[in-house]
Amino acid sequence: MLVLNDDQVMLQDAARGFVSEKAPVAALRKIRDEKIADGFDRGLWRSMAEMGWTGVLVPEDQGGLGFGFVGAGVICEEMGRTLTASPFLSTAMMAATALSRAGSPAQKERWLPAIVAGEAVIATAVDEGRRHDPAGTAMRAERHGNGFRLSGTKAYVVDGQAADAVLVAARTAGSAGETGGFSLFLVETATRGLSAERLSTLDSRGAAELTFDGVEVTADAVVGEVDDGFPLLEIVLGAGRAGLAAELSGNAQESFDRTMAYLRERKQFGRTIGAFQALQHRAAHLFCEVEVARSAVLAALQALDADPAGASLAVSVAKSKASSVARLAAQEAVQMHGGIGMTDAIDIGLFMKRMQVASTLYGDADFHADRVARARGF
Amino acid sequence: MDALEAFRRETRAWLDANCPAEMRTPVSGDDDICWGGRNFVFKSEAQKVWLARMAERGWTVPGWPKAYGGGGLSHEEVKVLKEEMRAIGARSPLESFGIWMLGPALLAFGSEEQKQEHLPRIARGEIRWCQGYSEPNAGSDLASLQTRAEDAGDHFVVTGSKIWTSYADKADMIFCLVRTDFSAPKHLGISFLLFDMTWPGVSTKPILLISGKSPFCETFFDGVKVPKANLVGTLNRGWDIAKYLLTHEREMIGGGGGGLLGGRSPGQVAAQEIGTDGEGKLADAFLRADVARAEVDALAFAATMARYKDEAASGGKGVGDRSAVLKYYGTELNKRRHELLMRTAGHEGLEWEGARSNDGERPRGWLRTKANSIEGGTSEVMLDIVAKRLLQLPNA
Repeated sequence: MLVLNDDQVMLQDAARGFVSEKAPVAALRKIRDEKIADGFDRGLWRSMAEMGWTGVLVPEDQGGLGFGFVGAGVICEEMGRTLTASPFLSTAMMAATALSRAGSPAQKERWLPAIVAGEAVIATAVDEGRRHDPAGTAMRAERHGNGFRLSGTKAYVVDGQAADAVLVAARTAGSAGETGGFSLFLVETATRGLSAERLSTLDSRGAAELTFDGVEVTADAVVGEVDDGFPLLEIVLGAGRAGLAAELSGNAQESFDRTMAYLRERKQFGRTIGAFQALQHRAAHLFCEVEVARSAVLAALQALDADPAGASLAVSVAKSKASSVARLAAQEAVQMHGGIGMTDAIDIGLFMKRMQVASTLYGDADFHADRVARARGF
Repeated sequence: MDALEAFRRETRAWLDANCPAEMRTPVSGDDDICWGGRNFVFKSEAQKVWLARMAERGWTVPGWPKAYGGGGLSHEEVKVLKEEMRAIGARSPLESFGIWMLGPALLAFGSEEQKQEHLPRIARGEIRWCQGYSEPNAGSDLASLQTRAEDAGDHFVVTGSKIWTSYADKADMIFCLVRTDFSAPKHLGISFLLFDMTWPGVSTKPILLISGKSPFCETFFDGVKVPKANLVGTLNRGWDIAKYLLTHEREMIGGGGGGLLGGRSPGQVAAQEIGTDGEGKLADAFLRADVARAEVDALAFAATMARYKDEAASGGKGVGDRSAVLKYYGTELNKRRHELLMRTAGHEGLEWEGARSNDGERPRGWLRTKANSIEGGTSEVMLDIVAKRLLQLPNA
């Protein structure tokens, strides 16, 4: 059934109440204006941990809530509505997915309770260039004694500026373009040779470029299989893509709702502008697109819960569709607000900026349309 | 969940034992579809057997109550049945306006006698219905219709004409909107009548379309006597039924737009007809980008139809005005799908008659879809409904 169950509806209500009270758009402005280096509010993150959100994808027998991807997506969607800045995607979705599925007993013991408690932030580092291209990973992890030595640069690592550890994809075999030869490592950011350059970003949330300069790790740092890490990476990226798609759906819905409120209130030529058919039809078309994106997102989250390894088509449909619909919603929001939509005084521009970041990360609309085409045989 | 799984196993076994092999091949055109009716000529014995077996089980209308010839299945069971039919490529045993439109209207608004009389005959494919809605001067503005039904004691006398009556020339009976009060506001003087297309005073004339086919007719009523027992619902409140049916129709027409439930998607057709490169990618990069986007939209739209149906089933309410979303989006998608099929075809899409192209099947199909965003309410009317009813934007 493509509907939320009762527990998921309760979570949605709780999330909506929480973000509107504790993390309204004003909270993002504060992070931006006060140049908070983490790119999020640590106090808010601890409150999210108290709500149990940090354990949403951690199985119950490992101390989490085990709410699954639909639950995680519901939270992302609500955070998308208020532009809530938090390490939820990187840590509670992607890192929690990697560690709970493939972490060693020692890794689980070390990190999962810390994730659930809101005490650890773990970033995932994959891309190296301007485009999302996991298979194009060139970074090497050479065997070195009993461990490995990592060298290379990772571009635009989400939450890399604030992370305690980073899950990094590197090559233990093969060359760029191949999906074989991947290994994933969990490296503490304090490790010698690892440096982070903080990027000040469009969405005020920051990111980091990470440089690994002969970073030495033991074999215990490997997450999952050596040389065969790509399937796990795909699942971790699937979690990130679906989370972003859900966030983009929330972003689009909120842009849309604010625009509709404006159409009902703004008067020009002696009438409420929402009475003009030229605007009504654009609004109605946008509503249809927002509805279609929402369905694709829910289908993807349910597919991930059913079988994370078999959900890539549904996830790509959702990420592609939500990215393009959130873009349309942002463009229409600015246009229909007119001049005031261009000002920093109202929030519409903030939704557009975050849309640009979220739609670019882990594959934009084109990247995922290409994946859909491949999956469908063309 | 266990009961549903048991139902699935049982259904799979029954379908496997009862669906003839010839009914598991793709439908190649309109004349492969079983429409039923007094004058229907079965194309094969298998088609006839398949209808009889499915009708016997009530599975031509699986969600209708058993008392009226249906299968009495729940929403979830109907989904399972459809999934299992799709899994073996089973054709629909029966399609008709009776199933899609009149049946749901009678279930909601009909008297017990009307249900008993008409529903089982629809379920068994004995009577083929057509729909008398649009008139030459009442298209998008349907409620301004002028076909009149005068009160003549125990019957009405119906005079006027309808247009765009699908398959009127092949139908046995018509469900028809008529004006029974000319002094009331336009929505409050309309009634919903049922009558036989063979009765005196009824005549039809097919309309040739740009596709070269004539699925639509003009239909004329010249003093047709219709017993009052054939009035559905309350006199002068036929618009309520009309609106209810338009909602059904919009859902149904919109459903054609997914384009993935049945045959292959434009991208898959293009890969086969144009070919792929060494990586399995469609060789035409420009076309590939467009068919890929269409695929994303079609899959996302299919999820939307499923979501609306699931929400309707779990909320106990219909899809309601959101049918306008499905109708608008689905028909625009279907037009886009056929544009892409024509781009794929190139020169092979230009033949109009001849065996090579199965008499221009592709261009005719392409031209036919241009009506999708007109029939059942234009795209512009759908956007008006979304703007006014769903978004509550103010009136001009």
